[in-house]
Amino acid sequence: MLRRSFLASAALALGLGTAAVAQDDPTKVGFVYVGPIGDGGWTFTHNDGRLAVEAEFGDSVETIFQESVPEGADAERVMTQMALSGADIIFATSFGYMDQIIAVAEKFPDVKFEHATGYKTAANVSTYSAKFYEGRAVQGHIAGSMTESNVIGYIASYPIPEVIRGINSAYVHAKKANPDVEFRVVWVYTWFDPAKEADAATALIEQGADVILQHTDSTAPLAAAQQAGGVIGFGQASDMAAFKPAPRVSSILDVWGPYYVDRVRAVKEGTWETVETWNGIGDGMVGIGEITDAVPAEVKAEAEALRDAIAAGEYHPFTGPLNKQDGSAWLADGEVADDGTLLGMSFYVEGLAGEIPE
Amino acid sequence: MDLSSINWLLLVASLMVASTPILLAALGELVVERAGVLNLGVEGMMIVGAVTGFVAGFESQSAVLGFAAAAVGGAALSLLFGLLTQLLMSNQVATGLALTLFGLGLSALIGQGYIGARGVEVPDINWGPLSDLPVVGTVFFQHDAMVYLSLLMCLGVWYGLQRTRAGLILRAVGESAEAAHALGYKVVRIRLMAIAFGGAMAGLGGAYISLIRVPQWTEGMTAGAGWIALALVVFAAWRPGRLLLGAYLFGGLTVLQLNLQAAGVAVPVEYLSMSPYILTIVVLVIMSSGRARTALGAPAALGKSFHAAA
Repeated sequence: MLRRSFLASAALALGLGTAAVAQDDPTKVGFVYVGPIGDGGWTFTHNDGRLAVEAEFGDSVETIFQESVPEGADAERVMTQMALSGADIIFATSFGYMDQIIAVAEKFPDVKFEHATGYKTAANVSTYSAKFYEGRAVQGHIAGSMTESNVIGYIASYPIPEVIRGINSAYVHAKKANPDVEFRVVWVYTWFDPAKEADAATALIEQGADVILQHTDSTAPLAAAQQAGGVIGFGQASDMAAFKPAPRVSSILDVWGPYYVDRVRAVKEGTWETVETWNGIGDGMVGIGEITDAVPAEVKAEAEALRDAIAAGEYHPFTGPLNKQDGSAWLADGEVADDGTLLGMSFYVEGLAGEIPE
Repeated sequence: MDLSSINWLLLVASLMVASTPILLAALGELVVERAGVLNLGVEGMMIVGAVTGFVAGFESQSAVLGFAAAAVGGAALSLLFGLLTQLLMSNQVATGLALTLFGLGLSALIGQGYIGARGVEVPDINWGPLSDLPVVGTVFFQHDAMVYLSLLMCLGVWYGLQRTRAGLILRAVGESAEAAHALGYKVVRIRLMAIAFGGAMAGLGGAYISLIRVPQWTEGMTAGAGWIALALVVFAAWRPGRLLLGAYLFGGLTVLQLNLQAAGVAVPVEYLSMSPYILTIVVLVIMSSGRARTALGAPAALGKSFHAAA
C-alpha cells in the first residue's frame, strides 16, 4: 500500500516536472508537405498557415517542415523523424499519407497528428479538410456561363472522393447555367507535375475546351490557357494572381492559418482532442478569389450570390433532384446530400460522360 | 468513344513538343556515355538549366539569352561532376545521384524570387507558305526553333560520332580508356569535354520546359524527365537514330493517353501513366547486369574511372 502510493506520487511529481519543462520549451510543430512550397498552389497555402502559426505564437512555438515528401513509405520515415526530434503536433497535408499517419501515431501516443483530407482517426489523430466543392460550385457556374464551345476541360489528379466531389459539383452548376455544357475529364495521376499539367491542358484545348478547371497544384494549366488565347481558367488552392485578369478569372482559396492556430493553441493548453473538421466558405476555410472583369457583370453577380448563399447555409451545392450517372436516383427534390455520402463519393452525377478509373 | 474529336495532326505536333526536353537531355547523355562516363545527374542539370534559363530569359526578355544561360548553367554543374569524378576519382554513380539532389536544391534557391513570374514569349518560326501546307504544314512547320534545333542536334551527334575523327576518338575513349591513353589521347580532357556537352544539352532540355512548354518557373518542374532521358539512352542502345524514335515514343505515350482521355475513351490511365517509369526501371535493371550491357552494345568502359598512372 505504502509502496504503491509512493510510486503514484513519484509518477505525479515526474508528470508535473515534465509538464513544467514543456511550458518552458517552445511547442514544436511539424508540417509534412507533398510538394515544394514554391508550387504556388496547395503546399504554398499550407505554408502560409505555418507562417500564421509563427506570427501568432512568436517564440513560444518552433515550426519545422519537410517539402516534397512522396505519398507512401517515405512519409512514415519523415513523420517518425519529426516525432523523434520532439514535435508536439504534426500536420500532414496530403491524402496519401493516411496509413502512414495511423502507423506512426500508434508508435508515438503523446504526439498529436492532424491529417488533411483523410478519413481515418485515432486517439491522437484528427482529420481536417475544407469543403472545396462549395468553391467548385461557384467555379462551375462561371465556367458554364462563359463557355462558348460548350466544352469544359477538367484536369483531375487522382480518383479519390475529394476530386470526384469537385467534378460533380462543378458539373451540376455548369449544367444549371448552360444545359448544353459537356465535361472532358483527364486524369493525370499527379498532384504536381507542371509539364504534364501543361500537356493535359493543351490536349483539352486542342479538343475544343475553352474553359479549363484544374485539381492539380501548379499554375502550368493557366500558362497553357494563356498561350492558347481565348481560354479561361481558375486559380487552384492559392490565388494565382499573376494570371489576372485573364486567363485566371477567379480562384478557390485554401485558408488554413486560423485552423492551425486553433489546434496549436489546443496543444499548448492541453485541450487537444480528436476532431473531424470539415469547414467551408461560411467558416472561412474556403475562399473565392476576386472575380475579374473578364467575367460579365451579371455572371459575376450571380456567382457572388451563389457564394453568399452557400456561406450563409441557405443553399447546399448538392441539392436534389440529382441522379447518379447510371440514371438511378440519388437525391429527391429538395433533399440535401449528407456528409457521409459526400466524404466517400465514388460516382459521377447524371450527365457526366466517361468512367472514373478504379 | 469518340475519336473524331482528336485532331491527329495537332497530336503529332504536340508530341514533338512534349518529347523535345527528353530528346535534348538524352542526346547529351548519349555522348557522355559514349565517352565512358555514366552521369546520373541529368535531372539535376536539367532543373538547373530550367531555372538559369528562366531567370536569364526573364531578366533580359530574350529567349536566346535564356537558352544560352541554360546551356552554360547545365555545363557548369556538369563540370563539377567532371572535377569530382575525373580528377578526384570519386564514384560516378554516387556523384551523379548527389548532383541531382544538389541541382534540385540549388535551383530552388536561385528561383526563389521568380515563382509565379511570367516568362518571355517565344515565337514559333515563321515558315511563310510552308506552314499552310496540308498535313505537313501542321505537323512540321508550326514549331519553335528549339524543336528544329533538337532534330539538327540529333543528326549532328550521329554524324559527329560515326563520321568524324573526333567522334572516333571519343568512342575509343569510351571503349578502352587505357588503349586510347596509350595512343596518346588525353582521356580525362576528352571526357571532361563530353561531360560539359552533356550538361549543356541537359540545361537546354530543362530550359525548354521552363521557357516554352510550361512556360514559367516552379520548383521541381522537371518532375523526373531527367531519369526518363537516362533510360532512353539505354533503350536506344546508345544510337542517336533510335534515340529520336524512343523520345517520340515516350513523348507520344504521354500525349496520346491525355488526348484519349479528353476524347472520353476509357484507357487504363494508371498503366499508361506509369509506363515510362516502368520502362525506365526495367532498362536500369538490365543496365546493371554486365552481360546484358555487352549484348546491348554499351561502351565497354562505361562508368569506370580512369587514372593515367593506373
